[in-house]
Amino acid sequence: MNIIVCVKQVPGSSEVEVDPETGVLKREGFSTKLNPYDLYSLEMSFSLREKYGGTVRTLTMGPPQAKAALYETIHMGADEGTLLTDRAFGGADCLATSYALSQAIRKMEPYDLILCGKQTTDGDTAQVGSELSEELGIPNIGNAVAIEKQDGFVIVTQNLDDRVVVKKVPLPCLICADSEINTPRLPSYRRSLETSEESITVYTLADCPDQDKSHYGLLGSATNVERIFPPEKNTDRKILEGSSEEVSAQIFGLLKNGKYV
Amino acid sequence: MAHLVIHKEKVNPENIRKVLDICPFGGLTEKNGTLETTAGCRMCGLCVRTGPEGMITKEEDVVLPAVDKSAWKGIVVYAEHNGAAVHNVTLELIGKAAELAAVTKEPVYAFLIGSGISDTAKQLLRYGVDKVYSYDYPELKDFIMEPYANVFEDFINKVKPSAVLVGATNLGRTLAPRIAARFRTGLTADCTRLEMKENTDLIQIRPAFGGNIMAQIVTPNNRPQFSTVRYKIFSAPAPVETPHGTVENMAIEQAKLKTLVEILSIREKEKTADISETDVIVAVGRGFKTQADTDMAKELADVLGGQIACSRPLVENGWFDAKRQIGLSGRTVHAKMILTLGISGKVQFAAGMKGSDCIISINSDPHAQIFDVAHYAVIGDIYEIVPKLTALCREAKKNAL
Repeated sequence: MNIIVCVKQVPGSSEVEVDPETGVLKREGFSTKLNPYDLYSLEMSFSLREKYGGTVRTLTMGPPQAKAALYETIHMGADEGTLLTDRAFGGADCLATSYALSQAIRKMEPYDLILCGKQTTDGDTAQVGSELSEELGIPNIGNAVAIEKQDGFVIVTQNLDDRVVVKKVPLPCLICADSEINTPRLPSYRRSLETSEESITVYTLADCPDQDKSHYGLLGSATNVERIFPPEKNTDRKILEGSSEEVSAQIFGLLKNGKYV
Repeated sequence: MAHLVIHKEKVNPENIRKVLDICPFGGLTEKNGTLETTAGCRMCGLCVRTGPEGMITKEEDVVLPAVDKSAWKGIVVYAEHNGAAVHNVTLELIGKAAELAAVTKEPVYAFLIGSGISDTAKQLLRYGVDKVYSYDYPELKDFIMEPYANVFEDFINKVKPSAVLVGATNLGRTLAPRIAARFRTGLTADCTRLEMKENTDLIQIRPAFGGNIMAQIVTPNNRPQFSTVRYKIFSAPAPVETPHGTVENMAIEQAKLKTLVEILSIREKEKTADISETDVIVAVGRGFKTQADTDMAKELADVLGGQIACSRPLVENGWFDAKRQIGLSGRTVHAKMILTLGISGKVQFAAGMKGSDCIISINSDPHAQIFDVAHYAVIGDIYEIVPKLTALCREAKKNAL
């Protein structure tokens, strides 16, 4: 089974800055990490490869430094990585992001399965996987907790809110893994020594089948961040002060008044 | 945006050097006897103005014709249901849709997919929608992406709604992006506020970038505009006695209901204690130094007859099950009383609980963001206060018996 896992490099902490002019995230100069939700889909891909053979390739879109995230996936066990990077891709919303990814994936054919994480910790939208499947015109399943292969199909266990559904889905397809479905392996030191620069392919707009710049980045985005602002504050609040005995008594009073005790 | 066009027929060996010298940025280069722009080009237009007449021209990029917004009318809520009862998030969205529609005097629709759903359609009418569009086919009994997406597409093409609101359930969060991509339009996830502009642009507000900032997002040049909203962000309206709306049964070609995806089994999940359904919550955060220390919060929750919940970091480090996580990436709660202990209160978290009736927050940092949403701010040490508070509550309970 030939698998492509889509991953993302995200800020290492939530203390990120936003360009107030364009509403675009400033990524320079901050610590970064591999999106934690992608670890589960990566682990899923490795166990599928162990069971059924094949390859695991990882794909990310981002600035040149997003290569670091790809190296991490290779140190964990991916066979190779592809970085999709171009100034034309900057400022992309979910729609433009999934479109650019679909263009890279067309260059990476053939594949049997595309795996995505549930969501990222920076955007938190959980939309790109499903949008990508539409761009590629293949079936997709969200919140997958288990996958097994069967001839030209996969048997996918899907976690919906009130029920668990098992579906038989033809390949190729796209699956978004749920979180906490396995214990992701750690990057291997030995693999990190063995990884060479050739393990990563870089694609730019020039490699995409669709060369129309207006389909990518800010231009290709349907949504527009009009403004950003600090969250509103609740000004009508009381401050409880004093020793821990006094404060405990005051909170107790509130709970008692509310008939919670 | 614009780009330069080099008219090759006007380039000759005599003028090429002159033009290359004009550009101070190295934005032009000679290649195969003609000119090309490079990454150095800043679109200053110097070569266009001072170079040989007509050799280089600046062309504006083709701007796609703006969508005719008047052709798209109505706010539709995708009605999620379990075969009988409508999901509460759908009712909450119908209430919000009515508020939004009042601004632009548009109708409010519910869009229903399923099998044997005529009672469900009637149920929706009671919440004040003008029309329920119902696709009632045996093939649509259970959620499978392709037929559902085809039906959604059919509905949008026939009804042309201006805005589509979808509950951010696991189903909604996978279905909505598929349709938004099909129409190549915008979708904003997990909106915490929705407002309507006079020009029918939907103002979508959501926490962004880890929740330190709120982003106001619009979809100015595409229709329909898609938003997802989590359960318990808005309030469900009261049902009306005499509904005024009607149900329209929609037809679709059988071919569009076909799929190679097959459902092998469906298992209803057991109902577990759900923090979004409980009145009293004790929520713990990074102020706790060890997992064992959170036991004192659990004791307090037990005494109060409530549930324990947590912020995202405590799920990420494996102390708690994800079901107990409050926040945008976890559950939204609307508790009567919530005590937050050692939680800094990033918007990501606050968005999941600020609708609660009474919020008491204990944090040692007087500048903790949680105090921006708290009704009662307690600056102090949870390790000192919580055991004393638990003792007081336990004492009171004993005396009451």
